[in-house]
Amino acid sequence: MRRSLFAVVTLCCALFAPHPARAADLKAELQKPTELTFWTWVPNIDKEVKLFEQAYPNIKVKLVNVGQGAAHYQKLRTVLKAGQGAPDVTQIEFQYIPSFVITRSLLDLSSFFPVEQFKKKYPDWIASQVVIDNHIWAVPQDSGPMGMVYRKDLLEKAGIQVPKTWKEFADAARAYHQKNPDSYLTNIPPNDPGQWIGLLWQAGSRPFGQKGKDTLRIDLADPGAMKVAAFWEPLIKEGVVSNDPDFTDAWYQGLASGRYASWLTAAWGPVFLQGTAKKTSGSWACAPLPEWDEGKPTSGNWGGSTNAVLATTKHKAAAAELARWLNQETDPALMFATQQFLFPVNNSTLADPAFVEQEAPFYGGQKVNKLFVEISNTVPRDFQWSPIQDFIYTNGPDTFGQALSKKGDLGAALKAWDAAVVNYAKQQGFKVTK
Amino acid sequence: MDTASMPVGRVSGRDSQVSHRRHQTLAGVLFILPALLLFALLLVGPLLYALTLSLFSQRLVGDTIFTGLDNYLSALQDPEFGEGLLRMLLFLVVQVPIMLGLALVFALLLDSGRLLLPRLIRLGVFIPYAVPSVVAALMWGFLYGRQFGLLGQLGRALGLPLPNFLGSDLILASIGNVVTWTYTGYNMVILYAALQTVPGELYEAAAIDGAGPVRLALKIKMPLLRPALLLCTVFSVIGSFQLFNEPAILRAAAPDAITSAYTPNLYIYRLAFQDQRLNYAAALSFLLGLVVFVLSYVVTWAARRRRT
Repeated sequence: MRRSLFAVVTLCCALFAPHPARAADLKAELQKPTELTFWTWVPNIDKEVKLFEQAYPNIKVKLVNVGQGAAHYQKLRTVLKAGQGAPDVTQIEFQYIPSFVITRSLLDLSSFFPVEQFKKKYPDWIASQVVIDNHIWAVPQDSGPMGMVYRKDLLEKAGIQVPKTWKEFADAARAYHQKNPDSYLTNIPPNDPGQWIGLLWQAGSRPFGQKGKDTLRIDLADPGAMKVAAFWEPLIKEGVVSNDPDFTDAWYQGLASGRYASWLTAAWGPVFLQGTAKKTSGSWACAPLPEWDEGKPTSGNWGGSTNAVLATTKHKAAAAELARWLNQETDPALMFATQQFLFPVNNSTLADPAFVEQEAPFYGGQKVNKLFVEISNTVPRDFQWSPIQDFIYTNGPDTFGQALSKKGDLGAALKAWDAAVVNYAKQQGFKVTK
Repeated sequence: MDTASMPVGRVSGRDSQVSHRRHQTLAGVLFILPALLLFALLLVGPLLYALTLSLFSQRLVGDTIFTGLDNYLSALQDPEFGEGLLRMLLFLVVQVPIMLGLALVFALLLDSGRLLLPRLIRLGVFIPYAVPSVVAALMWGFLYGRQFGLLGQLGRALGLPLPNFLGSDLILASIGNVVTWTYTGYNMVILYAALQTVPGELYEAAAIDGAGPVRLALKIKMPLLRPALLLCTVFSVIGSFQLFNEPAILRAAAPDAITSAYTPNLYIYRLAFQDQRLNYAAALSFLLGLVVFVLSYVVTWAARRRRT
């Protein structure tokens, strides 16, 4: 009797309270002895977690690294399907959030944090990837607005200016390769849909969208995408831009040995490169991506991730607080940005002089962070992901990537990729529109 | 019925015999019961489970529905699966004869007793089999690399333009080389062991008839090796279609040449664990099993027919 009364009361509270759970209740919840499991691949994240444990002495966090990227999601989806063994908090990249939302695997954090206040903490294009229809599905951790890192010395030697538009870039690619037959102005990898989608994002392509629960908008060959394909196809066919797969041993070697004079990368790229091409320190510099329309600087995003709470957690409040605290509190957020070199997502960190004014010796003392903060402001906000992003990313290299690798017709390859994705979406029970 | 109508006194002897036989049968059943239980639990059970899985379809929108043979029908039209099967057939036709030929030559040479340091050679050929296939694939991946590998460095040092062993034109041959390197020794041991069982009188008789070592190998040893060779062939057919480790590991070095559906097993693995399409993956597994079964049967049947 008492219990049902209690249930009715809480139900009423839930129904009529437009505001999130009461702060006092939350506080009490966070004082209880709790153990949370957190699946993440971020190196040295134990430093930030230790700060959290100091702030909440009764909460212990167990860190588990089940692998990065595909290996991580495989295991996560498997434990979710099994119905047991799932962590409380997990690392998720932006593009995979909708695929976990559709399986009802994520906890809506809007019951803990007011949505409007939450959104204001981030640039629009980041907030719109985690807050969907007034539900907060994850707390952003880092991002990857795209720019270009290039070998200053190699371009100078070839007498080539840093290209500001894609047209200039194409001319520069031809001129550069003619002078350096063993080197290429850049490399377009056939195995990396992440970079490709980032370039589409910049070019105004919007390949994915979702209307309601069961209708998807898919067009991997929309005018923006065809424009990008038509740009690269001749450069690759002529052999003035290389098409080596990236993140392989051969590619690392290529970056270090000057096989590629530039890398179209994201904000996490500059620090990554420092570790890969140590010998070439000082001869690199960063610039924005070349533009499609001169005078209208626009970028795209490649990579970045979030911390999300799984719906199966028994410690909802503590898990939500862990995800929020790590990524929104000043100290841990700045630590991620300056020690792990994750490119920040909070407006406050993006404006923090300790981060923005850092000089990078590898780039000849250039204020690389400052440049990428400016680039971050030029990323369009209306880009959406689909709930079948895994399939899109595994199929891309097999259809589109094969054509890129064999120097074939990229437009036709985009259509083949699109057809495979549409076919899969229909098998999964979706209605598909263009 | 019979026993009931028989006189009591005469029955006892026969009866005890029957009960003895029954005891034996019972004991026999009891003896095989543990193995049978494990067989049912670990082999038949999962197979039945996979079969059930393959008849349903779980979707992201809407529930899991019974789709009967739909998964099998779409599998038959699946170009990725078909290409993988054809690729493995090509692999089988080229790589298996090379590997078994090498194994045969080594076995015959060892058996002839005309080799220097036979033990060392036997061990040397066999040792790659003791190297885990994951390690072997990793090692060869490093050897093959054009930018970073040993072959690339050699080519540069000698000024030779080496082809890209990790490119899409040569990758199947490169994988075949790794598999040959690994399994030649294993097959050699089987063949060599079979040669040891050939009775010595046959050799004596052949020698008296004036047969030299080459003739001995071709006319006496080869025909007697037939059952062992057949065994090796069937194993190799099964092994070829189940190719997984080598391409899965080499993918890290050659992601553009080895697609995620390069071999049927790679494809099934991707479907089950990356795409989370367990139902479809189960259907493909059954089809793959069927193909392997049929091919193994054809090989055995062809070998038997030739003998008669």
